[in-house]
Amino acid sequence: MLSKRIIPCLDVREGRTTKGVKFKNNVDIGDPVEMALMYYENGADEIVFYDITASFEKRDIMIEVVRKVAETIFIPFSVGGGIRTLDDMRDVLLAGAEKVSVNSAAVKHPEIISQGADAFGSQCMVLGMDVKHVGKSTAIPSGYEIVINGGRTYTGLDALAWALKGQELGAGEICLNSIDADGTKDGYELTLTELISTAVNIPVIASGGAGHPKHLHDVLTTGRADAALIASMVHYGAYTIPEIKSYLGERGVKIRPVG
Amino acid sequence: MIAIIDYDAGNLASVSRAFSHIGVPNIITNDINVIESAEKVVFPGVGAAGSAMISLKRLGLDKALSAALNSGKPVMGICLGTQIILRSSQENQTPCLGLMAGCARAFSESFKFQGITGLKIPHMGWNRISLRADHPVFAGMRPEDEFYFVHSFYPSPDHADQVIATTEYGIEFPSVIGVKNLVATQFHPEKSGKPGLRILKNFSGWNPC
Repeated sequence: MLSKRIIPCLDVREGRTTKGVKFKNNVDIGDPVEMALMYYENGADEIVFYDITASFEKRDIMIEVVRKVAETIFIPFSVGGGIRTLDDMRDVLLAGAEKVSVNSAAVKHPEIISQGADAFGSQCMVLGMDVKHVGKSTAIPSGYEIVINGGRTYTGLDALAWALKGQELGAGEICLNSIDADGTKDGYELTLTELISTAVNIPVIASGGAGHPKHLHDVLTTGRADAALIASMVHYGAYTIPEIKSYLGERGVKIRPVG
Repeated sequence: MIAIIDYDAGNLASVSRAFSHIGVPNIITNDINVIESAEKVVFPGVGAAGSAMISLKRLGLDKALSAALNSGKPVMGICLGTQIILRSSQENQTPCLGLMAGCARAFSESFKFQGITGLKIPHMGWNRISLRADHPVFAGMRPEDEFYFVHSFYPSPDHADQVIATTEYGIEFPSVIGVKNLVATQFHPEKSGKPGLRILKNFSGWNPC
């Protein structure tokens, strides 16, 4: 039986992991390669890197980070943030990432999903979705809208329709981030996660709101997610991945044993 | 020296990095002479069976792989490499290498046939394998060890005794196949943490004769 995946997410800015609170007040919290190694040793099933380097000229720094990570850990990892073209994808994949995620670039040019899937395979195309609850309307039947620019720009896209469209275009996985839940530590957006995860036939990673192992349990059972993204709850030592995994395992969630 | 066959099928560097990490000399190559003189051969790959077969034939690597198998040197298939060792793939009904009798089957077809619903495709993530019998390449493996899979098709050899291990995902499917000097995994040992690296290490020391 397939295990549910626990995936730490590292925001990386100019080669350093940062506490990326809404892209402001960035605080350096460590070396991404060392942190990736620590999570690898601790039983992370996968790692997500999100490049929040603002300056285009400094994006090569991220490629160097990816290269070092690939020589250090031997589990899959993905890279997102600022991926706009097929060349961006190729750079990241050749440097050793297993997957790339596209978010706002796919909103602006959906064909980038199919181009990436054709060139590199669906298995490495992750569609990142930032979602806000807006209430049901004719324009947004599911009540959830896709937003970009950290939630500041509404796109007019219905989240459910966009997820299905992304799957049709060749995305192999969806990373579903609730902007409403993000940073609250009050738990994942379960209604949204279940809505999307049961509608598509590709795996869904839930993101945003994790503060307690119970939240992961809820989103992996009630929310029907295939994987759960975690960040601050492990970055600052509140919990470790072995603690989270034993909490889940004791409650009947199939997880990969640590070590 | 281990030759990792390069036929434009995905990121082969990850396989090379994993071998290098455990101190096993290796080279990514499409040079038939290098493959012929290598002690062992790894045949990886991600992507579609059809385009992989076109590349293999164009580079003459179909014959090099067949020669490697016949020579008795250890050969390891990984993921797509494992599937196209077989006679054909249900993926667009692609004729494959035919180095082993059998075909690559689609989860979608098998699920439909057996009335299984609600399982996502691809089978993506970590899962266990159950060995049918001891095998030197899997020495030291614990039953609870898990391996990283990402695939929509699975290998299905005609001969049951060529199934080395199986995995459960809706159905019980062959996740490791092999015969004599060939061992082929559907999962990615190079992305499967320490249990995966142990398999690569075991392979590097495997002497099937």
